[in-house]
Amino acid sequence: MKRLAGLFWSLLFLAVPIFGVITFAVAPAYDIWLPKDVSEHGASVDGLFYFILWLTGGVFVVTEVALFWFIWKYDANNKKSEVKYRHGSHVLEVVWTIVPAAVLLFLAIYQMNTWADIKMRRPNMAPTVEVIGRQFEWRLRYPGRDGVLGTPDDLHLVNDLHLPIDEDILIQLKSMDVLHSFFLPNVRIKQDAVPGMKIPVWFKAREEGVFDIVCAELCGWGHYKMKGRVTFESRESFEKWLEVKYQEQEATQASNAET
Amino acid sequence: MSTVETKTTSVQDAPQKQETHVHAQPSSARKLSTFLSTYVFSKDHKVIGLQFLFSTLLWFLIGGLLALAVRWQVAWPWSDVPVVGKLFAQQGGQMAPEFYTMLFTMHATVMIFLVIIPILAGAFGNFLIPLMIGADDMAFPTLNMLSYWFMWPAFIAFGASFFVEGGAASSGWTSYPTLSTNVNSSPGAGWGQTLWLIGLTFVGVSSMLGSVNYMTTIILMRAPGMTMFRLPMTIWAMFITAVLQAFALPVLTAAGFMQLADRSLGTGFFTPEGNIVNNAIATAGGGQPLLWQHLFWFYSHPAVYIMILPAMGMVSDILTCFARKPLFGYRPMVYSVAGIAGLGFIVWGHHMFMSGMNPALGTTFMVSTMMIALPSAVKTFNWLGTIWAGRIQFTTSMLFALSFVSMFIIGGLSGIFMAATPVDIFIHDTYFIVAHFHYVLFAGTAMGVWAAIYFWFPKMFGRTMNEFWGKVHFFLTFIFLNGTFFTMHILGAVGFPRRLADAYHYETFHHLQPLNAFMTYCAIGMVASQIIFAVNFFWSMFYGPVAGRNPWNSNTLEWTAPSPPGHGNFDFQPIVHRGPYEYSVPGVESDHLMQTDPPNAAATAAAAAAH
Repeated sequence: MKRLAGLFWSLLFLAVPIFGVITFAVAPAYDIWLPKDVSEHGASVDGLFYFILWLTGGVFVVTEVALFWFIWKYDANNKKSEVKYRHGSHVLEVVWTIVPAAVLLFLAIYQMNTWADIKMRRPNMAPTVEVIGRQFEWRLRYPGRDGVLGTPDDLHLVNDLHLPIDEDILIQLKSMDVLHSFFLPNVRIKQDAVPGMKIPVWFKAREEGVFDIVCAELCGWGHYKMKGRVTFESRESFEKWLEVKYQEQEATQASNAET
Repeated sequence: MSTVETKTTSVQDAPQKQETHVHAQPSSARKLSTFLSTYVFSKDHKVIGLQFLFSTLLWFLIGGLLALAVRWQVAWPWSDVPVVGKLFAQQGGQMAPEFYTMLFTMHATVMIFLVIIPILAGAFGNFLIPLMIGADDMAFPTLNMLSYWFMWPAFIAFGASFFVEGGAASSGWTSYPTLSTNVNSSPGAGWGQTLWLIGLTFVGVSSMLGSVNYMTTIILMRAPGMTMFRLPMTIWAMFITAVLQAFALPVLTAAGFMQLADRSLGTGFFTPEGNIVNNAIATAGGGQPLLWQHLFWFYSHPAVYIMILPAMGMVSDILTCFARKPLFGYRPMVYSVAGIAGLGFIVWGHHMFMSGMNPALGTTFMVSTMMIALPSAVKTFNWLGTIWAGRIQFTTSMLFALSFVSMFIIGGLSGIFMAATPVDIFIHDTYFIVAHFHYVLFAGTAMGVWAAIYFWFPKMFGRTMNEFWGKVHFFLTFIFLNGTFFTMHILGAVGFPRRLADAYHYETFHHLQPLNAFMTYCAIGMVASQIIFAVNFFWSMFYGPVAGRNPWNSNTLEWTAPSPPGHGNFDFQPIVHRGPYEYSVPGVESDHLMQTDPPNAAATAAAAAAH
């Protein structure tokens, strides 16, 4: 009976790595996994995610199984051999300090380039569009025909971001009121919008489509509904759309002036 | 029982006091003052520890119920909340989004500031430090009493904030400006936020009084023979935690005052020029919202270790006791706690990778963050080494301690994902983070706390808790916690953001409702399982089997004192002859040698041979 208890508890601990691995193995089949990536840099982000997943997954399984094995094997009711009176092992301490240290240091250096590409090597160009977070909407400002932000011909829109594919995009991110975070799950981009700061965000989209813009930093009671959409399209249709929107803006401004 | 013993000692004290200054006091008044000085304004570290324990367990219940309300909204947004919906929510029985925002803010606030930090340092630190180092009490008993009573203004401030206009604070437990500093930004940014800051300050005062006391006591009041390297891991962890508190806390206190000043005096430390919130232009400018984040995390990242190190220490002691084996790598364990604490001061920026902070600085914080995984790994390997080739006894306490190790592995490994800056771009502020810190703080610390409660309960109340129901409690908690929190990892892999009252209108997340419903069922099960614990706890306090001085055959000094210890703790002067982990020493008849057992030739020979 007591031996069964030991078996029961050790199996409970064995269930941790088993169900842990199953959860991660099955999740993609139910689409509970990384959303589709349409960006140029996303592959290296996802690659790093998978690399760390395999690495930590391996350590997870090995240590959890070792834990199970020790619990089962060294159950006081099961075990005949003497307790090993040991205060530790100098060699083991050195090994399990140096090996993880080397792995972690490698991991740290390995990822630097990806990070620098996404957040430090900013393309030398004028902003494609300015995105301003405001409770609870994304205000967009395109430079207009003169290509310069802050001039009277700027195009103002809300939540409906259109961008051309296959070329560098530079977004100037601002916030009017509180913190927001400009999160494009499908582009693997996230950047907080901070009042008082102009933060550059850049990427290149590879595929056409319409995707979510999510606010990922708590910005008040309506945080959940601060939703925008981004449309990636060819240069031609992007310019066509821009022209249509510009005409619409002109028309409303004209009618406003008359009334 | 403790009540009887402490009462007799205080009754003995009482007549002396009466002789000196209160002559004509009626006896009922004297009884009242005795009662007050024994149970309410007691300076006995054990009573203060228990006061902390009962208060924090009560807040644990409140925090757990807040969590259930959060889970309800995430699983079934805008549906009527059962039972309590009519009482609290604004629109019929359903939850308003501002109410939801308040719920998760206060869930985190309560759990961190009113449960985890005070239960570890306040309850166990207070109860265990003098007992485990062989002292009769803390170095500063009055400060110690004040450290408990300074929690009460905090309890009242946080508790009352639910009932003020606009409700309690709702800008997240991190309280980032300008959401928190601008009263126009949200309903909870009014009185709720002010009370939150006041409460936080009092929690800080309490922690500071405690940490000064713990450091002094551990340095100055150890029993003869108790060298620093004969201290149990629990005490090492408490000591280093106290040092962390003392150095990190002033920064948070200062930041809290700055935010209060921003809100009430218009100082604008954290408000930039031209800030327009809700169509109202801020009166002051010239500040920087990121400044708060730096100051806040300069405390709150070390606080993450304040919330886990004492649990690590207690688990180390429990594992050795029920594996009947010396701790594997005592000194590496001490050094890794110190390493975690030291590195803990230079990793705060990893909370700010996406904040707009200089990305090159992000790289620096990434490297230090990667390195802090190292001492954590060393600790895990040493725990595995401790139970290896031991004789494991499956007590409830041991099961909780083993699960601490198992769960800490998950929480530790998932941390590597977010330490990697490019991966953090995607998972920052998603449920992956929520999974990570719940594995560390609930599946880690809370399980460690339960291990400690089951382990030291006999010392606290002189009786043991029911083992059968303890194991049922463990089993259900273990199953449900994994059901709730493990699934959060894959939710985070989709990018499912935290703190959204309803995320299903996003195309990316619309299919995740069934998974969230599953997690909520598990969370309900997890909270319900605690009923077993509560009944067992209170029943055993009065009707549990009477425990002797040393029910677990453990080695450390507290087990040489009576259970529960009377005023002054020890009925003899403990003299320490060895370290705390001399279990199963070859050639020794008993399978354990207590720290106070007289020197033993066989033990000395065995120790020399083992080194």
